[in-house]
Amino acid sequence: MKKIKSPEELEQFRSKIQAGRDPKTTCIAICAGTGCLALGSDKIIAAFKEEISKQGLDADVATIRETGCPGFCEQGPIVVIYPEEICYLRVAEKDVPEIISKTVINKEVIERLTYKDPTSNERIIKDFDIPFYKKQKRYIIGNNINIDPRSIEDYIATNGYSALSKVLFNMSQENVIEEVTKANLRGRGGAGFPAGLKWKATRQAKGEPKYLICNADEGDPGAFMDRAVLEGTPHSVLEGMVIGSYAIGCHEGYIYVRNEYPLAVENITIAIEKARKLGLLGKDIMGSGFDFDVLIVRGGGAFVCGEETALIGSIEGRSGEPRAKYVFPAERGLYNKPTNINNVETLANVPLIINKGSEWYRSIGTENSKGTKIFALVGKINNTGLVEVPMGITLREIVYDIGGGIPKGRIFKAVQVGGPSGGCIPESHLDLPVDFDALSEVGSMMGSGGMIVMDDRTCMVDVALYFLKFLEEESCGKCTPCREGVYQMRLILERITEGNGKEEDLNTIEWMGKAIIDGSLCGLGGTAPNPVLTTLRYFRDEYEAHIKEKRCPAGVCKALITYTIDPELCNGCMVCAKICPTEAATGEKKELHTIDQEKCIKCGACFESCKFDAVKVS
Amino acid sequence: MKARIKKIIDKYHSNKGFLVPILQDVQREYNYLNREALNLVSAFLEVPISQLYELGTFYKAFSLEPRGRHEMKLCTGTACHVRGVPLIKDNIERVLQIQAGETTPDLEFTFETVNCLGACALGPILVVDGEYHGNISISKTNKILKKLGKKVKIDEEN
Repeated sequence: MKKIKSPEELEQFRSKIQAGRDPKTTCIAICAGTGCLALGSDKIIAAFKEEISKQGLDADVATIRETGCPGFCEQGPIVVIYPEEICYLRVAEKDVPEIISKTVINKEVIERLTYKDPTSNERIIKDFDIPFYKKQKRYIIGNNINIDPRSIEDYIATNGYSALSKVLFNMSQENVIEEVTKANLRGRGGAGFPAGLKWKATRQAKGEPKYLICNADEGDPGAFMDRAVLEGTPHSVLEGMVIGSYAIGCHEGYIYVRNEYPLAVENITIAIEKARKLGLLGKDIMGSGFDFDVLIVRGGGAFVCGEETALIGSIEGRSGEPRAKYVFPAERGLYNKPTNINNVETLANVPLIINKGSEWYRSIGTENSKGTKIFALVGKINNTGLVEVPMGITLREIVYDIGGGIPKGRIFKAVQVGGPSGGCIPESHLDLPVDFDALSEVGSMMGSGGMIVMDDRTCMVDVALYFLKFLEEESCGKCTPCREGVYQMRLILERITEGNGKEEDLNTIEWMGKAIIDGSLCGLGGTAPNPVLTTLRYFRDEYEAHIKEKRCPAGVCKALITYTIDPELCNGCMVCAKICPTEAATGEKKELHTIDQEKCIKCGACFESCKFDAVKVS
Repeated sequence: MKARIKKIIDKYHSNKGFLVPILQDVQREYNYLNREALNLVSAFLEVPISQLYELGTFYKAFSLEPRGRHEMKLCTGTACHVRGVPLIKDNIERVLQIQAGETTPDLEFTFETVNCLGACALGPILVVDGEYHGNISISKTNKILKKLGKKVKIDEEN
């Protein structure tokens, strides 16, 4: 591969790639993101390759594209056939020969593999006609299905690196910062700090060298948008990094990525190598005289390392403990030098802003939150997946119109937004427009964008306890309010779920929560009580039921529930007796079974396996 | 062992800034951070062993104890939690007779929990020796455990 030495050479290269591709050639795009891979899409890819060679189809008849995540994980593995844009869902290995012979060769649609609307039973052929996609605005992850993340040519063919070319040859460093500031791009990692201001501060800070770090330590449980961006469109993140480094005036960058994301590490590594070979990274980028290179650092599995100063410590080879931020990393960060840290999604927004302009970008969103945000919509929801929506969309639209509501006709209880730093939002606030400020007002926060939907079978005290346990484990232990405070709160909540709660506990939790928020050193402790405080604010009755009535209304807390068998529904199939590990469930064939409460360890095995819903929790 | 450790350190140009990735590679090579390997890293890079110990105990990815032949990782992310992971965790702990984070005395199983694998649509998820099992339940886990040689009661017909 020859290095690109000027904007003209980039355009020539782009034209050459585009000219070599016949838009009429059939392209079979198969999701090879982590979600679909776990569902076996690797086997489907292999089956397609085998079938294509078996049928003797040439590359100019049909090609295969292994893509990143298109978001609709619930219906994976996903296969889209171009140019007709036929979208097949939940594809299995055995469907492959039929897809080749019917759809690829004869252009016939196989109806059973298309999306079936659950309300109208209507079949939908094209992916963007599916309700899940209709209300989304997919500027960042929309391209995932169109490119092979390991092919730099694919990215360039879809206008990739044009923003970099524009910046390096037609914009001053100040212009770039001004454009990003005008667009009001706010940090997508959670806190929402304006990226333009960060860049400006690092640019103006004294000291050399300066560093730019991409924070890909996506530790929030239930959030995986950064993974999908890195896996699916790694070059857009790299392009954003080079633009940022040019604006700041730095030449060294790092990507700090979670070790739990092996595919993201692999794809970004390949992207870096290919960009270097083409002269889009490294020395004298595109012949502009500007140098910038990137190193990858894998995290060690510590949630707190998503915090800027802890992350810096980790790159320096220390344990990831945050420090007080009276001096910001922009002044003194990595190796005590000016350092700018942006989140993956923030950086992926940069090429878009440069290409389309800040005016356009500002037209999307609410007054103080512009652009789109990617959310991971998970939990008790019909359409699990990644959704990219304009800021200002309501939670109700996300949960019901895009997410398709709650499975099995159960009742919506809450949506938890913002991970362990966020809060649980009840039904009464579902019409809230989603942006940085509105979420903070109801006690939650944007966070990195995990949205966990909960139904009436979710116990809010248990959820609050879950987050406390998580945070207790992940607290680095440096400052006392977080280390001891979260621990004490956990003890109280544990006692409540065990049926030993006292009435004064709720007041204690409230003032302790406030003390932890005020006294902690970093964002982890400073937001740690949010899950408890919001559940207490909106679901106080559930706490009271645990304390006063010794009852868990959702039927979750082990100490407060009993499993019984409904005589009306039990038909004596013996399944519960066969699997009960303690022989608590017993009974003769075709006769009523019973559960011996003395022996029952409440493992839930009978409840899960009874096909007649005869096992009841109360 | 000396040559293997040297090779890992050379890959990072003996840069002390890469202690975490170096230890990750050492762990991958030996399946845990054994004392001899840590001593060698300490000598090669001229960093105190206490610093390596600090990293080895701070980061979840490291283990100072030998790990089992089968590795079971249960996702305990929020989405998996609300879909019933706690009961599955209790069940695995009961069958293996160890707590999460431990290895069975016969070195057959290491059972760990992980804070979200980012594949929430498939939750609850159990990763056994690198293979993802999605939408698992108590009975599905028991079948997996039985295949790996544990005695568990399962319903053969289903």
